[in-house]
Amino acid sequence: MSDTAPQPTTAAANPPVQPLESNLLPSDVVRISATPDVPQPTRQLTKVAKLIDVSKCIGCKACQSACVEWNDTHPEIGENIGSYENPHDLTPDMFTLMRFSEWENPATNELEWLIRKDGCMHCEDPGCLKACPAPGAIVQYSNGIVDFIHDNCIGCGYCVTGCPFDIPRISKVDHKSYKCTLCSDRVAVGQGPACAKACPTKAITFGTKDDMTALANERVEDLKSRGYENAGIYDPEGVGGTHVFYVLHHADKPSIYSNLAENPRISPIVEGWKGVTKTAGMAAMGVAAAGAVLMGLFTRNKVEPEEEEAAERLVQDREGI
Amino acid sequence: MNIDLTRRGFLRLAGAGVAATSLGAMGFGEAEAAEAAHVRAFKLTTTTETRNTCTYCSVACGIIMYSKGDVKAGEIAEIMHIEGDADHPTNRGTLCPKGAALKDFVKAPTRLTRPRYRAAGATEFQDVTWDEALDKIARAMKDDRDANLVQVNEAGVPVNRWTTTGFLAASATTNETAWLTYKAVRSLGIVGFDNQARV
Amino acid sequence: MTNAWTDIKNTDLVIVMGGNAAEAHPCGFKWVTEAKATRGAKLIVVDPRYTRTASVSDYYAPIRPGSDIAFLMGVIRWCIENDKVQWEYVRNFTNAALLVKDGFGWSDGLFSGYDEEKRDYDKADWDYQIGDDGYAKLDMTLQDPRCVWNLLKAHVDVYTPEFVENVCGTPKDRYLQICEMIGECSAPDRVMTSMYALGWTQHSKGAQNIRGMAMLQLILGNIGMRGGGMNALRGHSNIQGLTDLGLMSNLIPGYLNIPTEREPDWQTYMSTREFKPLRPGQTSYWQNYSKFMVSFMKAMWGDAATAENDWAYHYLPKLDVPTYDVLRMFELMKQGQVNLYFCQGFNPLMAFPNRAKLTEALSKLKLLVVMDPLETETAHFWENHGQYNDVDSASIQTEVLELPTTCFAEDEGALVNSGRWLQWHWPGGSPPGEAKNDTWIMANLFQKLRKLYQDEGGVFPEPILNLSWNYADPLDPKPEELAKEMNGRALRDIEDPANPGTTLVAAGKQVKNFTQLQDDGSTMCGCWIFSGCWNEDGNNMARRDNSDPGDAGMFLNWSYSWPVNRRILYNRASADMQGKPWDPDRKLIEWTGEKWEGYDVPDIGVTSKPGEVMPFIMNQEGTSRLFTRGMMRDGPFPTHMEPFESPIANVLNPKMRGNPVSRVFVDDAEQFATSEEFPFVATSYRLTEHFHYWTKHNKVNASLQPEFFVEISQELAAEKGITGGSRVRVWGKRGQVWAKAVVTKRIKPMQCDGKTVHVVGIPLHWGFMGAAKKGWGPNSLTPFVGDANVETPEFKAFLVNIEPAAEEPVA
Repeated sequence: MSDTAPQPTTAAANPPVQPLESNLLPSDVVRISATPDVPQPTRQLTKVAKLIDVSKCIGCKACQSACVEWNDTHPEIGENIGSYENPHDLTPDMFTLMRFSEWENPATNELEWLIRKDGCMHCEDPGCLKACPAPGAIVQYSNGIVDFIHDNCIGCGYCVTGCPFDIPRISKVDHKSYKCTLCSDRVAVGQGPACAKACPTKAITFGTKDDMTALANERVEDLKSRGYENAGIYDPEGVGGTHVFYVLHHADKPSIYSNLAENPRISPIVEGWKGVTKTAGMAAMGVAAAGAVLMGLFTRNKVEPEEEEAAERLVQDREGI
Repeated sequence: MNIDLTRRGFLRLAGAGVAATSLGAMGFGEAEAAEAAHVRAFKLTTTTETRNTCTYCSVACGIIMYSKGDVKAGEIAEIMHIEGDADHPTNRGTLCPKGAALKDFVKAPTRLTRPRYRAAGATEFQDVTWDEALDKIARAMKDDRDANLVQVNEAGVPVNRWTTTGFLAASATTNETAWLTYKAVRSLGIVGFDNQARV
Repeated sequence: MTNAWTDIKNTDLVIVMGGNAAEAHPCGFKWVTEAKATRGAKLIVVDPRYTRTASVSDYYAPIRPGSDIAFLMGVIRWCIENDKVQWEYVRNFTNAALLVKDGFGWSDGLFSGYDEEKRDYDKADWDYQIGDDGYAKLDMTLQDPRCVWNLLKAHVDVYTPEFVENVCGTPKDRYLQICEMIGECSAPDRVMTSMYALGWTQHSKGAQNIRGMAMLQLILGNIGMRGGGMNALRGHSNIQGLTDLGLMSNLIPGYLNIPTEREPDWQTYMSTREFKPLRPGQTSYWQNYSKFMVSFMKAMWGDAATAENDWAYHYLPKLDVPTYDVLRMFELMKQGQVNLYFCQGFNPLMAFPNRAKLTEALSKLKLLVVMDPLETETAHFWENHGQYNDVDSASIQTEVLELPTTCFAEDEGALVNSGRWLQWHWPGGSPPGEAKNDTWIMANLFQKLRKLYQDEGGVFPEPILNLSWNYADPLDPKPEELAKEMNGRALRDIEDPANPGTTLVAAGKQVKNFTQLQDDGSTMCGCWIFSGCWNEDGNNMARRDNSDPGDAGMFLNWSYSWPVNRRILYNRASADMQGKPWDPDRKLIEWTGEKWEGYDVPDIGVTSKPGEVMPFIMNQEGTSRLFTRGMMRDGPFPTHMEPFESPIANVLNPKMRGNPVSRVFVDDAEQFATSEEFPFVATSYRLTEHFHYWTKHNKVNASLQPEFFVEISQELAAEKGITGGSRVRVWGKRGQVWAKAVVTKRIKPMQCDGKTVHVVGIPLHWGFMGAAKKGWGPNSLTPFVGDANVETPEFKAFLVNIEPAAEEPVA
């Protein structure tokens, strides 16, 4: 018997409006792209995680909608190409995407509509950060969040190559790389990510990694009791575990979920960039990247209307209009 | 090159950004050249909260609207963000993809902002004042009712029935609007009266 | 909903049939996932398509659109045959034991008394045998062949598993598996909930679909139970409230009726509304009808409604037809018999069937007035949008006024959710431009009209001049003033019958709730079922205490629910004949020996003894009804009927087309298609990314589902040479649309009566206004015919054809 409504398990609460100190400070950064010898923080934040229980997901796209609203992005209105996926891929204006696959289970002959929320996994060992040649463009906080600092991004696209999950997308408008921030601005004031708050069925939950792992184990037990004998957790070791992880009904076959990587690893080439090699590699890449950016900006003779519109918004945002 | 100011502004800013980051990249890892890591400022700080319910389906999720300006204090208020109310027993703070984007319904480019009139055969609306619009409607109603109200049927029974004017009531207005609408419509004898529940 | 959204967490089994809760009501559906996650509940989905609800179900079965009655009667047959019946509940809490007149019968798909010419039944024999004592006869042993139970058994006998498979296209093994799962819920401690919506209502026999499930739920003993009930998931945020408030052709607030012209005076009107109990000692609460009605008339016309003038009964319009519903109004409009039409937050050009007819009808109006926050298709029906609205503006003589209204974010008041909670909300934004609240618009319009009658005189001005309008600012009534009117107040001191000489309610005070209303003119009340919402305790709709004793899911101190803050209707039926809960773990209320108490407001007199006063207090029988007497036009039991446009004939009677008593206008009958011309079954539905025709105005939702599409099976795609993502033309007898094709495994061909039946799924949400890509709604294709009882259009089953189309020419 309880006297109050149970606490939501999404770690959702109503956002504060009074000024609050941020809990995510520059001093909480543990790794910085293209920056060796980052001073170790004086405190260790509790590791956080977003759990995506694919078996509870109804594919409603509330996560996409909430993400757009919170992050003030402006996805374009596209077209239907014969599926429910819209947009058709992650974009610089859509950090998360429901991916739909119709799978006929050979063991049961039952159709299963597998719907997976795609987006940044916030790897413990982030390939994007390792690949990034721009100092300070990608950082990792001690709670596990991997965030892009756009002021430092050169738009080279190496984070895309470095990502074992193919997540970051480069904006054609400002030539910077975008992806899910795990709503670092919300987490900084004790809130969960916007998608987890919105998720109607609590398929997305947010909390400490330990709590989320415990919840995931409970969910796996429930699924096994319903006949999904291969139900399990997807928290891949190859990238040191992730701070966004899944419960899958068929954890033995991640690829049936719209090509979720079976054994994600950072590319050996990226892993190989160490010491002098990395510096040299970066010099080449940095120059090439900056050149590409400049070429991209000044040699195009045609500006798409949506790019124009996006550019105006960008200017307004920057000028604080 | 003939580009407008906004576009020029963008290029200037973008150019500055490229210059800064390029320098950073050339510096091969000097942390001080890079902007320090920072999370975005929390955007709801010092906004005004108002409790409401979602306007779409009948789950009636609790929502909180965050605005610049306070309607209760008589100020002009602009809604900046809407999200679920975690205190609400039904939705516990969650929202569906429609509810999560309610702000964009409020600010839809196709929101109506002034009364408009379309003349017979016209291809466009023209702006009118509220008084002009309501005077025209009241006149048309009175003329039609006076001409067509069925006061008695063929058997001579008083029936006070007005069938040449119909009224469709809404599906998302408040009970209070509905009650006032009911009173006005019924007092006139309108029987072609319906709401979205029918369909 | 008989129950609340939050109560769904208490269930053992959810059946979603006739709806798609995960897509249309995601945050209500949360309580299904909660029940699954916390108490191991199971979810069954029966739907023509494998929907997003099906994607998280434990068991799914396909069904041919429009064949639900056969399925449901089949399940009832299976439950009876396999003794999956909550016997004590059925015997005592339903009318199973009551005896029916000998003249009632059923054969060849029709009930006794059918008149083909009138398309109507003579329902005189559809009633109980009445004894000399004036009460209905009964046989509690259920042996009498004329008792309702035995008639039901005989009625469902034809619906064998083979019949169901043949008519519904549901594979027999899947159907039987579902019967097994449902049958388990006949145990007193197992409960099923039914969640349905327009998948059941939008048929020419929609009301009978719902009755079919309600009967099943009664047989299982699941009505009145926590986690049980019949849960109609209303489509819009306040259609529950607007219906409660009687904004329909034939209603008065609180489900009272507008009189017909056969009721020319008050005495005649009241004579059929005495509602004497049909069994001894029963409550038959509608006996209080006159109190609610007189209080309503006082709310309308104040001092002008007196006992001497029969409460101004002559002010009320008297109907000559059952209703002037929307289909009839557009038919009249098309015939040139309607001059003015108002759309307040309503977009009929997309919401009603047969758009070509709608455009023709609107073009014959003199004046169309649209009040809306958005630019609707209806307000722009005269505007040419190429193929999407191909009209000749110059030839349309209709004048149009488009009036900007506020939206939810800018207004104050209450909405009634599906679970009957009246929840207050507050404005947080300023209206854009010159947009005004609907109350301001209605008040200003009415005052201008009233002034014209004052200044000029006119025809029968009294009801207008005498309409009660006691607001501080007559041009801007405040939500608080209006809410208080709906609650009701004493007009003079009311004596307390329990303590003569003392005052129950003093003049001018708000009544506590409807139990204090009187029929002598001493009280006024706009809507009796809302009474209690704003009484002397204040605005109960604004209450925000979310405590939940017993984790029962009732939340009695959150907002206000009608009637009298009760959260589960018929909750007395959650306890047995002695007043003990059927399932102690699901206690709602129980009899203490002196009174009823528990987690919910008892749906019975608190001191009414169990065994004497039966649970269904609104009914004259005191019980629920498996047999509905003459209350429904198309039969006291549901019987299988095909849609008006069907791929197969009615196997019970091949001569029957659609619902034999549905109203059909001549022109529309000529436009019904046959399966020879149009071989494929189409059905319409919502998608979760959009709300109706509103969110296409919103760029975020438009980006999530940007373009009109139709869904077909891989088999049909192969047959027609259609590839996913290509453009197709879909056409029927009344119109055509072009859409993108989504080819899916989630729709499969079905075998029905020896034919392969293909389904074409047509989502709504697109039109020619707003931010999303332009498209069409299914209403360009759908037939202009409604349910026989309530005239809800048949949007869920009709015939079309489909073919590949050239890509859209680039403009």
